[in-house]
Amino acid sequence: MPGAIYAEGLVKTFGDVRALDGVDLDVPEGTVLGMLGPNGAGKTTAVRVLTTLLRPDRGKAEVAGIDVLAHPDKVRRSIGLSGQFAAVDEYLTGRENLTMVGQLYQMSGRDAKRRAAELLERFHLGDAADRTAKTYSGGMRRRLDLAAALVVSPPVMFMDEPTTGLDPRNRQALWDVIQELVAGGTTLLLTTQYLEEADRLAHDICVVDHGKVIARGTSDHLKARTGGERVEVVVHAPEHLTVADEVLRGFAKGEGTVEPHTRKLTIPVAGGAKLLAEVIRELDVRGVEIDDIGLRRPTLDDVFIALTGHAAESADGDGDGGGGGGGGDAGTERTGTTGDGRPASAAGHRKEGVQ
Amino acid sequence: MTTASRAGTATGDAGGRPLGPPPARGGLSRLVRDSLVVAKRNLIRMVRIPEVVIFGLIQPIMFVVLFTYVFGGSINIPGAPVGDAQAYREFLMAGIFAQTVTFATAGAGAGIADDMHKGLIDRFRSLPMSRGAVLTGRTLADLVQTALTLVVLAVVAVLIGWRTHENLAEVLAGFALLLLLGYAFSWIGALIGLSVRTPEAATSGGLIWLFPLTFISNAFVPVDGMPAFLQHVAEWNPFSATVAAARELFGNTIDRVPKSVTGAWPMEHPVLASVIWSILIIAVFRTLAVRKYRSATA
Repeated sequence: MPGAIYAEGLVKTFGDVRALDGVDLDVPEGTVLGMLGPNGAGKTTAVRVLTTLLRPDRGKAEVAGIDVLAHPDKVRRSIGLSGQFAAVDEYLTGRENLTMVGQLYQMSGRDAKRRAAELLERFHLGDAADRTAKTYSGGMRRRLDLAAALVVSPPVMFMDEPTTGLDPRNRQALWDVIQELVAGGTTLLLTTQYLEEADRLAHDICVVDHGKVIARGTSDHLKARTGGERVEVVVHAPEHLTVADEVLRGFAKGEGTVEPHTRKLTIPVAGGAKLLAEVIRELDVRGVEIDDIGLRRPTLDDVFIALTGHAAESADGDGDGGGGGGGGDAGTERTGTTGDGRPASAAGHRKEGVQ
Repeated sequence: MTTASRAGTATGDAGGRPLGPPPARGGLSRLVRDSLVVAKRNLIRMVRIPEVVIFGLIQPIMFVVLFTYVFGGSINIPGAPVGDAQAYREFLMAGIFAQTVTFATAGAGAGIADDMHKGLIDRFRSLPMSRGAVLTGRTLADLVQTALTLVVLAVVAVLIGWRTHENLAEVLAGFALLLLLGYAFSWIGALIGLSVRTPEAATSGGLIWLFPLTFISNAFVPVDGMPAFLQHVAEWNPFSATVAAARELFGNTIDRVPKSVTGAWPMEHPVLASVIWSILIIAVFRTLAVRKYRSATA
């Protein structure tokens, strides 16, 4: 049985750009899918298709068991959308904004008002309820926007980069709200550029680049694909690089990398903290002075670099030493389909939603 | 347009959890209700940003004063004594009123472009609301603003000597035709607002073509002084029909002067022509704008 959000072979092109190039999704009810990718990867386009804002050129989609293309109006009753921008009317008060949205969800005026009051309390906007949204801080506006998406407690929610542009404190606060929501059983599709966010909120993650899903799985799954833990060493003097490299080879479980300009060496290892202690002792014995050493478990950043050959934040081009190093073992991991799609859609790195 | 039967069937639930309340309304009542919700929102904005209304008043008042005192003495109205300033004053007002109502185009356009820009149109489009309601609500709110502007302008006009010579019903009918024209033009604005990228572009895009449209008409000067081909353009100009109709209903015409220079049908039957033109504009531009709204991408 397909999940609460289901898509098959979604294709959407804007001119020459294939914003979606055959996207399949299946989000089981009550779970969170984190959709991860750089700007222009196709995340927003996917959300727009699933929320009935955009018709795909090809493919099918179901939300809450309803065919998105055949019955968009029914789908709209079952979803809440919180977009990249806080889509609230800044000249209306928080209360007026939420009441209006409630009425447009076809609630009666009285129900809409009561619901607005509930949500304002829940999102800690009670004190600001009768001030115009213009006077709200960025974090407050995002909360109001999220409240607007929750007016009818929709079973399926879409959040498009909900914390982009928020400071760390507000981001944390919004994460708490989202976690609470998910604990209540809402199915959520969340797009983000922040790997930490996906790691923290999502049950499953799909990595999107150039309109294709290039990897999917749990956070642990994806991390495992980039290989296990690594030891990173930064030596104090460049002339120690060779000796350090020799030492590290003794512990390595595979091919390591050396970056002369940062004096950094990285090796894949197995053995955890105990091994780290041995590495430090051995380096000390050989007289290598070190600035920094650490045991590193792969982050989603590593996953992203491994899968796409570039970091999540910088969309293209500047594949520096670090990115290239990761890309070496990435080649084998990458699914075959991405190889041919990439060069053709290089122009696809534009801000989504602007056309 | 959503039909009543389709809206009525949408009571199912998804995966055992309750949906939002099923709309019991059919397409038309939903359109009316949702439009009023959106209109209320736009009217609240109008009250909170009074500058928009105030600036909207300054230009027509300036035009009234400038045209009356600067041009008034030099423009001869056919059938009136040379240099009769009162005759021009009475001739002019219907024209200024009509030009003023067409400025609703810019307001509607800028407002909708702003909503697109801020992501509000996306929010509305993701809600289970009537597809025509966002635009209808906007144009209704603009209609209220236009009416308000006309009231103030009429007072100013009376103060500087404008008089009507027909009964109240006819005078009100004249204003009704002006409002209908304004409402029609705000649908043109809605389409412009959905088609451009920024509110600024919508404002200039909404205004720029209004100047030739309103000046190549019978609004400010009698058509008989224009070159022959312009006379034809002016008398078939949809805008001229409403000006002529309002002038007639206000009793601001001179009886022995023929209604048309070129014999154009709309000038011979201005009231009917005005109604037809406005309804035609609404039908065409409402259809185009709502279609555009359905596929709008911000």
